[in-house]
Amino acid sequence: MNWRSLEKLDRRWLFLAMALLVAGPLLWPVGLPIVVSSPVQRFHDAIAAVPDGSPVLVPCDFDPGSRPELIPMMKTVLRQLFDKKCRPIVTCLWPGGPALVDQTLESVADEYRARGVPLESGVDYLDLGYKSGNEAVMVLMGQGIARAFPRDLRGRETRSLPILRDVGDYSSIPLLVSISGGYPGTKEWVQQVNARFHLPMVSGCTAVSAPEYYPYLQSGQLRGLLGGMAGAAEYEKLRGEKGSATRGMDAQSLAHVFIALCIVLGNVVQWRRGTGGRS
Amino acid sequence: MIVSHDLGVWLAALLTLFIFSFLYRDNPLYKFAEHLFVGVSAGYYVVINYWTVIDSNLIQPLRAAFGGHPEGGPWHASLGDYRGWLVLPGILGVLLLTRMIGRISWASRWALAVIIGVYAGLKTTGFAQGDLVAQVQASLNPLLIPGDLWASFNALLFTVGLLSSLLYFFYSREHRGALGWTSKIGIWFLMVSFGAGYGYTVMSRVSLLIGRFQFLFEDWLHLR
Repeated sequence: MNWRSLEKLDRRWLFLAMALLVAGPLLWPVGLPIVVSSPVQRFHDAIAAVPDGSPVLVPCDFDPGSRPELIPMMKTVLRQLFDKKCRPIVTCLWPGGPALVDQTLESVADEYRARGVPLESGVDYLDLGYKSGNEAVMVLMGQGIARAFPRDLRGRETRSLPILRDVGDYSSIPLLVSISGGYPGTKEWVQQVNARFHLPMVSGCTAVSAPEYYPYLQSGQLRGLLGGMAGAAEYEKLRGEKGSATRGMDAQSLAHVFIALCIVLGNVVQWRRGTGGRS
Repeated sequence: MIVSHDLGVWLAALLTLFIFSFLYRDNPLYKFAEHLFVGVSAGYYVVINYWTVIDSNLIQPLRAAFGGHPEGGPWHASLGDYRGWLVLPGILGVLLLTRMIGRISWASRWALAVIIGVYAGLKTTGFAQGDLVAQVQASLNPLLIPGDLWASFNALLFTVGLLSSLLYFFYSREHRGALGWTSKIGIWFLMVSFGAGYGYTVMSRVSLLIGRFQFLFEDWLHLR
């Protein structure tokens, strides 16, 4: 084999190969198996353990950059909550997120309305919208959700909304489900809310931030964790859904194998060059 | 093939292709999409920050505080109304802008002192409670778990990994002898952790590509 030609390989061939490996399985799915891991099972079980009808805080701290990983998670979380007649209270601490978060929340609520479940904003679910201040907002919510968010995304006075009638501060909420794209996100909710107010938490996060959150899972500060598209796909499998994360996993797996092969090949080429130089 | 009839979807699809064209080589289409993205983002952030931060947190409460008094005017805010005090953070916010005026730029330090003080306090207590104490507590595990060989092995591996990784970062003595080989074991644990981190990062980036392809195939071209 001519290793020299590999050294000079135009990187655009690699881009093309990657594009084909990602596009192919999206058009013609292979159906590679998805195995549910323990953190995902624990995430699902933590939500399942919430008493039916409870208010659940769902901070969706991301923007369109994390859409492929976090939107599938958010949709499945909302479906699990609505199935239990829980009342999700959605917040967003990222300025780029509120429109996308609200669109997702409404699309899931519309699914239920189409099935004859009369979900009403402000009664069965609530979007509090964006608030600047990062950690300061988290701490302020400890003194009252309505105090930190005097108005919701639609400009309604939150104190007058039926959904918040029995919700004061964190003590009236049994679980926090953080859907996190980075800073501020899961890490800050753990530090400011779980540690101070002892509010149980689970997290769905981008793959790039998942390694940072595993210590929280190991210490019990997080009761469950969804890491990236793989976590979202496993969660969809648990819930019996075939969402965009499940559809993307074939492409994800093939792309990973390709990158691993490129790394091995790159090392072999480097090694050959080294031995060639010595001889 | 029935393609989308939505102008917004067409626009997003074309801009996506413009961005992808950079993978072939730099070109005017890519530059156009890049500049458009930067410009639109900057405009969006300015508008959303004005309406959600300055207007809702400062202007509206101040209006409510001072405008509600029968005699009106800024000097007649009722004493029990905390919203009147928002004048102070308002002034501090304006002081931040003095950075741009050389002679009085020192005045911005007052506002920065408050911001840094508050955030340092919040972050320090949050980190101490959420990371330091909780993580140290979680590290204090029994090495032997009776009746569960796998858990015992796991606890042992965790302890070896934790101690050897910590010793790798101990720089007060030369890494020779016992300290040398322990820190070498620590390097292996660190390499495994970096490898996992790299794998997750790759997954995140590939997910972005998959998301764009799903958009092109499903929302734009309706291929699935």
